[in-house]
Amino acid sequence: MKRLQFMSVRLLQGLLALLLIATVNFMLVRAAPGDPVSIMAGEAGASDPQFVAQLRQQFGLDQPLPTQLANYLGHVLQLDLGYSYRQQQPVVDLILDRMPATLLLTGTAFVLSLVFGVSLGALASRHAGRAVDSVITVVALVFYATPLYWLAMMAVLVFTVQLDWLPAFGFFTVGADLHGLAKVLDIGQHLLLPALTLALFYMAVYARMTRAAMLEVAQMDFVKTARAKGVPPGRIQRKHILRNALLPVVTLAGIQAGGMIGGAVLTETVFAWPGIGRLMFDALMQRDYSLLLGCFLFTAAMAVLFNLITDFVYTMVDPRIELS
Amino acid sequence: MKRRHLIQAGSAAFGLSIAGVPLHTLAQSKKGVVNVLVQPEPPGLMMGIVQNGPTQLISGNIYEGLLRYNEKLEPQPQLATSWTVSEDRKTYVFKLKPNVKWHDGKPFTSADVVFSCDVFLRKTHARFRASLEQVESIKALDSLTVEFKLKQPFGPFMGIFENGTMPMVPKHVYEGTDFLTNPANATPIGTGPLKFKEWVKGSYIQLVANEQYHVAGAVTVGSVYFHVIPDAASRAAAFESGKVDIAPGGTVEYFDVGRLAKLPGTSVTTKGWEFFAPHSWLWINNRTAPMNNVKFRQAVWTAIDREAMAKIAWYGFAKPATGPFNSHIAFASDDVAKYPRDLNKAKKLLAESGYKGETIRLLPLPYGESWQRQAEIVRQNLTQAGIKIETVATDVAGWNQRCSEWDFDLAFTYVYQYGDPALGVSRNYTSSNIAKGSPFNNVAGYVNPKVDELFAAGAKESDPAKRKAIYAEVQKILVDEVPVAWLHEINFPTLYRNKIQNVVSSGIGLNDSLGRVTLA
Repeated sequence: MKRLQFMSVRLLQGLLALLLIATVNFMLVRAAPGDPVSIMAGEAGASDPQFVAQLRQQFGLDQPLPTQLANYLGHVLQLDLGYSYRQQQPVVDLILDRMPATLLLTGTAFVLSLVFGVSLGALASRHAGRAVDSVITVVALVFYATPLYWLAMMAVLVFTVQLDWLPAFGFFTVGADLHGLAKVLDIGQHLLLPALTLALFYMAVYARMTRAAMLEVAQMDFVKTARAKGVPPGRIQRKHILRNALLPVVTLAGIQAGGMIGGAVLTETVFAWPGIGRLMFDALMQRDYSLLLGCFLFTAAMAVLFNLITDFVYTMVDPRIELS
Repeated sequence: MKRRHLIQAGSAAFGLSIAGVPLHTLAQSKKGVVNVLVQPEPPGLMMGIVQNGPTQLISGNIYEGLLRYNEKLEPQPQLATSWTVSEDRKTYVFKLKPNVKWHDGKPFTSADVVFSCDVFLRKTHARFRASLEQVESIKALDSLTVEFKLKQPFGPFMGIFENGTMPMVPKHVYEGTDFLTNPANATPIGTGPLKFKEWVKGSYIQLVANEQYHVAGAVTVGSVYFHVIPDAASRAAAFESGKVDIAPGGTVEYFDVGRLAKLPGTSVTTKGWEFFAPHSWLWINNRTAPMNNVKFRQAVWTAIDREAMAKIAWYGFAKPATGPFNSHIAFASDDVAKYPRDLNKAKKLLAESGYKGETIRLLPLPYGESWQRQAEIVRQNLTQAGIKIETVATDVAGWNQRCSEWDFDLAFTYVYQYGDPALGVSRNYTSSNIAKGSPFNNVAGYVNPKVDELFAAGAKESDPAKRKAIYAEVQKILVDEVPVAWLHEINFPTLYRNKIQNVVSSGIGLNDSLGRVTLA
């Protein structure tokens, strides 16, 4: 009952936040210089007043701004994200088209970074001060400090151009017409570099965080008590230390998960991965208002959703935490 | 065998036992395939509606005009096989090629030509509309004959029949519909050597051979893929790794072009841009002080080191411009005043202009590294001459906005000249073409009645010798008055693998040549 009440309050708050975000986004997007019509006129290499007026009318940009905002919010309340005139497709279709690629990439990176990050952090804390710890700490620091796009570019140069082991760009081999397992393998090859690139940064963060938190928890009285009771060291590590050290990791994982939809712009750009991050970036450059706002709203909704999920995960990791 | 091929072969073989994919399909489907880079992803492929660079690169091989043009921009038969011009140069009659079919199998006739020009493009195509002003009527005399009657002789008329200016669109698909929202725009139908097959947004566009193409034996490729790769360095890597066969002009940065051109089995050509004749310059806002003073404008032009820019920013793929006409277009004249870089002269001109150290806003064109470096060089040159420069950073939308609304002091641009001064030059200098809302008209706000008069006379004149004299005079005046500071004729390099032959076979280059390439 308590949970249900908590859920409904939070959901309502989330929806209000989303509506507010939609309004602010609308204003922000309009504050940027230029509009989709001037972009399209510019790209055409020639234009005249008739051309510009025709497009403005088609895009609904000839209406006063408050009317446009009211129209937009009205549509959002009906779950209608609008139509991208530039791409000649409904915004929802465009986003859903790109969703699988993005989720595959960010989901893989999420799992990779969490599994390896926490394992490496635990390993380092167990061997604190020794060679293993130093190696892990240094490697984590390097990946933490290296800009993502540089890492991505270097990976392409080494593994694609020099060694020719992996494909250079895209989601699958275009024109190969593969099916079944061959297709899965093909996508896997394409996925490897972008997923690793994206995972490395978070892996480093999780490793550092897990290590620090575990070392801290290891000093606490209940761990000493467990040790005094004769609990095996492996069990202490897992049940007593790791579990108690996981809370900050969960917080960060929640943030990473919330950014899964729109947070891979750089990686998607370098590897020509056809995901939502790129869709959003292109929409920004082209001032494709409805598409841009649609992407923003979608990513905001994901962030709100994962915030909620994170709260639930807290209660599972640490039963002392209550939802209220 | 490289490791990559082992993996590929391995996975294909593995797939064979599991999913029944024959190993040889992989090799077979590679046959007759050409992979091309495209940047950015086009907003649409319906060439009658969208005319940006990427759309022309792709759809120029789907749609055709009545004529093609060779590198010297001489008209060649395409959908029209012959044409006659009346004595008074006001009536043009085109004979169409018989038995030409649209990609959906319907016949192409004079009704399509009349519909395309008089109805469709009149509504959708701003640049064509400007030429259409000269046309009194367009009539089908019979199913394979079309007559254009002009209001008055129009010098460049024979130059507007390529597919970017006058693409033929199918009447049976578009008649009576809202052209801009017609769902058929997503599956373009033309008469060209390649047909639309598939567009996976964000990934690639696939065109396939048009087996019914009206020039027998012209199409020898099976498929052409246009790959959308948003990052310039990744595009270079894609070409370098051999996954892509053709990198059209502008798709890889100029500092990469030289390196990639040296790869084994690779060539580079600057042909295929003769019709567009890209010309770059610095807009000078003639409306306000100190830019409204001719001495100040001359000082700016004299201070800029265009030779160094051509070498440093463009890696040799640009030639300093001597005036408003790109040397590839008709009636370009070299008989004009010269403005070699001379800092002392620039300083002297600046002093004479009465410039008092006001801050001048410089608006770069955000089109990549070369443009960025070029802006840095100009900034340095002008600062050396004693002009106080403030660079305004912006993205493409912001550049468009500021140019269109005249919110700049100096702004970089480049413009296509479309083969003839009446089509691609006069629009930037005549006073009737001063209007907010477009970055491609007379943005500088330059007004000179004599120039207006000469450009008007040049357009009306159809005797080439007389046109030459008129345009020689107008070039002299413009170069003396420096309404803008001309920078370069840009020679866009096309990188390609030598196994692909006949890469450029016209004055618009890849735009209508890709369907005609052959694979060695």
